[in-house]
Amino acid sequence: MTELSLVQAVNAALKHAMNEDVRVLVLGEDVGIDGGVFRATEGLFRIFGEQRVLDTPLAEASIAGVSIGLAAQGFRPVAEIQFTGFAYACIDQILNHASRLRARTRGRLTCPMVLRSPAGGGIKAVEHHSESPEAMFAHIPGVKVVMPSSAARAYGLLLSAIRDPDPVVFLEPARLYRAAREDVPDDGAGIPLGHCLTLRAGRDVTIVGWGAMVKEALEAADQLAAENVEAEVIDVATLKPLDSATILASVERTGRLVVVHEAPMTCGYGAEIAARVASRAMTSLLAPIERVTGYDTMMPYARMEAHYMPQVGAIMTAARRVMAFT
Amino acid sequence: MLGNRLLCVLDRDGNLAGPLPEFARDPAELLRLYRTLVLTRTFDTKAIALQRTGRLGTYASSLGQEAVSVGAAAAMAKSDVLVPSFREHGAQIWRGVTLKELFLYWGGDERGNDFAGPREDFPNCVPVASHAPHAVGVALAFRLRGEQRAAVCVFGDGATSKGDVAEALNMAGVWKVPAVFVVNNNAWAISVPREKQTAAATLAQKAVAAGIPGEQVDGNDVIAVRAATERALARARQGLGPALIEALTYRLCDHTTSDDASRYRNDAEVSGHWPAEPVARLRKFLMNAGHWSKDMEEALLHECSSSVEGAAEAYLATPAQPISAIFDYIYAEIPAELAEQREAATVQAQGDA
Repeated sequence: MTELSLVQAVNAALKHAMNEDVRVLVLGEDVGIDGGVFRATEGLFRIFGEQRVLDTPLAEASIAGVSIGLAAQGFRPVAEIQFTGFAYACIDQILNHASRLRARTRGRLTCPMVLRSPAGGGIKAVEHHSESPEAMFAHIPGVKVVMPSSAARAYGLLLSAIRDPDPVVFLEPARLYRAAREDVPDDGAGIPLGHCLTLRAGRDVTIVGWGAMVKEALEAADQLAAENVEAEVIDVATLKPLDSATILASVERTGRLVVVHEAPMTCGYGAEIAARVASRAMTSLLAPIERVTGYDTMMPYARMEAHYMPQVGAIMTAARRVMAFT
Repeated sequence: MLGNRLLCVLDRDGNLAGPLPEFARDPAELLRLYRTLVLTRTFDTKAIALQRTGRLGTYASSLGQEAVSVGAAAAMAKSDVLVPSFREHGAQIWRGVTLKELFLYWGGDERGNDFAGPREDFPNCVPVASHAPHAVGVALAFRLRGEQRAAVCVFGDGATSKGDVAEALNMAGVWKVPAVFVVNNNAWAISVPREKQTAAATLAQKAVAAGIPGEQVDGNDVIAVRAATERALARARQGLGPALIEALTYRLCDHTTSDDASRYRNDAEVSGHWPAEPVARLRKFLMNAGHWSKDMEEALLHECSSSVEGAAEAYLATPAQPISAIFDYIYAEIPAELAEQREAATVQAQGDA
């Protein structure tokens, strides 16, 4: 067992995937000799060379677009977008092309690519570096959207994303890159996409989150236990396709749901989860569904970002509210 | 490397304006080119007729621009990959996309993109310019595998205003990938004329900033287009990198069947371009050289018409896909929730029937 940070786990997964499959390529800005601005691709250039670790010109749309061409030719490109605020330039390519290549050619051409990008705030970066666009990508038919919440899950989910026959947007919570450390065996075991992970069992309230928010959700659950509230914590892990069954089964047991995400509330992915629970488990609900989210504002600059990101206290307040509802 | 003159082999009257390239010394090759030009135009005419009678969707005619398509495709090897925009019917026909598939595509049926022939060719790209990076990726794949293949990407004059094209040319140049970019410059991006599209003197010079060769060719001269593309492809196959070819042609038709070009350009302008059109030009050359006759022309028109009519009938007789087909190709394996939607849609469709 080796203790790895989340970004080291990403690196280990990339290395493992490149070793096991010569079709796997890494491309993006500064991913070569520099090893990526967060060092996610560190050392890969030295091991695999410039044929498989490609520094691209500074052109995000084309990083995605070139990956589509490579994928259609049978490669397994893993493209890195340095910061999620720059991934919006890729939306055209992901939405109009990557996501629909299989469907519009009736399976003749396919697009097994991964678009990786750090996401979310908390690293005191400059503007446009702390966005949470998971709902935008999850709205696109034909792509899969994954957001790991720990080093081990980053490793396993990324391996599955690379092995997946369809395009996957893989959003890595930047503030956990170095904060989340755990033992990650480099055994090549993938964590299947499309499954929520129940991280803590509880009978009273279901707290659902993903990415960096899982840490806050777990902390809230710990503190709620001292108040005699047993919270079940679910890491969504794959936003698309969503494993509704795990969430529904949990809510059917607890009767209460709090959804937590860092992105703005309106049309956020929490709304999707709330709608599914409302339509399929309404009779199990003992209280209205609560959402704890970022505000419908821009992510503020570094000095104010802690006020924007949902804190443990806000999750506890929401949990207490659903517990008190009669 | 920017050519300082327009490459032209046949003038508008079909007379030799320059030396014949090697392939054009074989009459059989010229006749093959001519046949595809005529077949493309025949298809075009039928497609518009079907659209006007409500039996085809919105259609983008290639009238007047057939030589760009056919010339570029004729230069390609079978194993190369075409990454087209949406007006390259001539190239697709040359490459082996069937007329029925073309009708299906424009008739709103995805099966029209499941080419039985050129399996690796990309489908039409409707969003302007965004396919240019795909060609770079395809060409990069060829280079990485050490294959002697190339990607040919065709886009219009309007596409050169977009960042995608600038990015793709730049990236292709840096990586020296075997890609040839052909600008089908038909003078109009819907209603915006070429001079309002860019202040650049030529579109070929867009190659300069990318550090790759760019040249202008008479896009109504199928021999010149093929010759220029062949040269660029030969260069690409030698590992010397990409090139940009600006083929100067003219859109004799509306932008699509939903467009009315008389709103923004007058008849005199359009009729002024008719004498330069590509089909008559090659026909005149073939006639003058003794390779073609009125009887042969009649026979060809009959043959093309019969092929197109047959394909149109086959298209019209093709039943729509079942409702489940809209779900079946989204992912390699259908997720549970989507499977539920497919089931619900199937039940709904049965109720509607």
